[in-house]
Amino acid sequence: MRLGLVIDLDTCVGCHACAVACKEWNTSGTTGALTDYQPYGAKPSGVWFNRIRHYEIGEYPYNKTVNFPMSCMHCENAECVTVCPTGASYKRAEDGIVLVDQNKCMGCNYCSWACPYGARELDRASGTMKKCTLCIDRIYDMEIPEEERQPACVLTCPAHARMFGDFDDPESPVSRAVRERGGYQLMPELNYNPSNHYLPPRVHAPIPTEGMRKKAAAKVKAWVNRVVER
Amino acid sequence: MHPALAVIFLTLFSGGGFGLMALVAVVNDFHIEGGLNPLQTLVAVLISLVFVTIGMLSSTAHLANPKNAWRAFTRWRTSWLAREGIFAVLFYPFAGLYLLWVYFTQAPADSVGLVLANLAGLIGLITIFCQGMIYAVLRTIRQWNTPLVPANFYFMGLGIGATILAAERIVFGAPATAFVALAVALLVAAAVLKGIYYFWISRPGGPTIRTATGFNRLTVRILDQGHTFGTFLTEEFGHTLPAARARNVKLLMYLVAFVIPIAALAFALGTGSAAAALIAAAAVVVGIGIERWLFFVEAQHVVNLYHGRPSC
Repeated sequence: MRLGLVIDLDTCVGCHACAVACKEWNTSGTTGALTDYQPYGAKPSGVWFNRIRHYEIGEYPYNKTVNFPMSCMHCENAECVTVCPTGASYKRAEDGIVLVDQNKCMGCNYCSWACPYGARELDRASGTMKKCTLCIDRIYDMEIPEEERQPACVLTCPAHARMFGDFDDPESPVSRAVRERGGYQLMPELNYNPSNHYLPPRVHAPIPTEGMRKKAAAKVKAWVNRVVER
Repeated sequence: MHPALAVIFLTLFSGGGFGLMALVAVVNDFHIEGGLNPLQTLVAVLISLVFVTIGMLSSTAHLANPKNAWRAFTRWRTSWLAREGIFAVLFYPFAGLYLLWVYFTQAPADSVGLVLANLAGLIGLITIFCQGMIYAVLRTIRQWNTPLVPANFYFMGLGIGATILAAERIVFGAPATAFVALAVALLVAAAVLKGIYYFWISRPGGPTIRTATGFNRLTVRILDQGHTFGTFLTEEFGHTLPAARARNVKLLMYLVAFVIPIAALAFALGTGSAAAALIAAAAVVVGIGIERWLFFVEAQHVVNLYHGRPSC
């Protein structure tokens, strides 16, 4: 099994609900708490497993806003695990999930240097490195209904922009989505082979922005003419 | 990259200490200008041990959770950081035994002494290699991902060691021509190699904001970083140095790390001035400290691309 996420950049509306749901679930999860520093102070900061950035791609008038959620990519070539001197970072053989054993981590930051995606953040309160667990304490929980055995970010996404599944199964929804929509990995040139894939925005005809007023007036005129004729 | 003093001191002082130990072994192996007498050997090995210890202690200050530091020796099969830790600790018994051997037998260059000195020196050199590889293996930081990094660490460590050894000979009033020549040669080589490194990293390359986001054929511009204030990522990786300031700091570094020590050593050799010899030793440590600060602050991690930088 190779578990991971597919993120649809076409439908993501950039609401940060996935980040909030992630923080809410994981702060009382296996690697919690996700400490906040000065949450109500002048410089609020803290540990997050999931962050959303916002970009503008292309040049006007063919430009577009793209909302870009990023969490751990659970890479095949997880250098963060290779460089870890204590053995706290490990990649599970059975499902490919990369985790940090909080009892072994010495907080040297070296794994965060090795991660190109900014997935790892040091918790200054516990002195240990923390990261996305792919909600390992949800997806294998036999006590909750089967349809809820998904990461908190996937369940909460109001735009259905996040999918969770097994990339080793060619017929899983995530594999099919990647195949059909041209899903891609970030920074492939570094050869980390991340599991998470991103679906590019669909190509739409640009919405005309020139001469809109005239056209609308013409439409109204045509409608009035039609009505008056009757 | 955040230039953490703990890591700067680790590579600076332990590198100098290992370089010094290796050169003590070489000088006593080949009896260069009569070799080091027992007192000179003791002082040099003691300085080496003190330097390595300063480095090791300051490295633990970099750990957020030092109670687990002992586990850092367990993953030597994959991690250069673990290998560095193991060799650095392995250095102590050999260097310490050599110190005791010279203290009790007053024979720095008999066969037992030389075996201990050479083993300590060799382990020190291996440790410098491991230290360089900690940085050189990171594909995420273009400025570090080059074999020039361990090569630089070697010449800087040996340069510090040779300068301290030459200064010590001059302070003791012993013949020091070969020692000063060795120090000057190593410092010049270190300066040239650092120049090659700066030339190498000044060429653009590596991932861009386009490959980072996957929009390879479009312009990509950050609209919002998504966080109100700084994060771990911006604090750890966000540091930069404007090009004009970087140039000035590099000039200062070349002056303090290479020009002043070489001039002071030459002056001290000519006049026998102990003060000039000590100035040379102090300058080389401060100067290469500046070099190490630059090494960290100029390292641009690719995660900065996601925060809007067009390239790193």
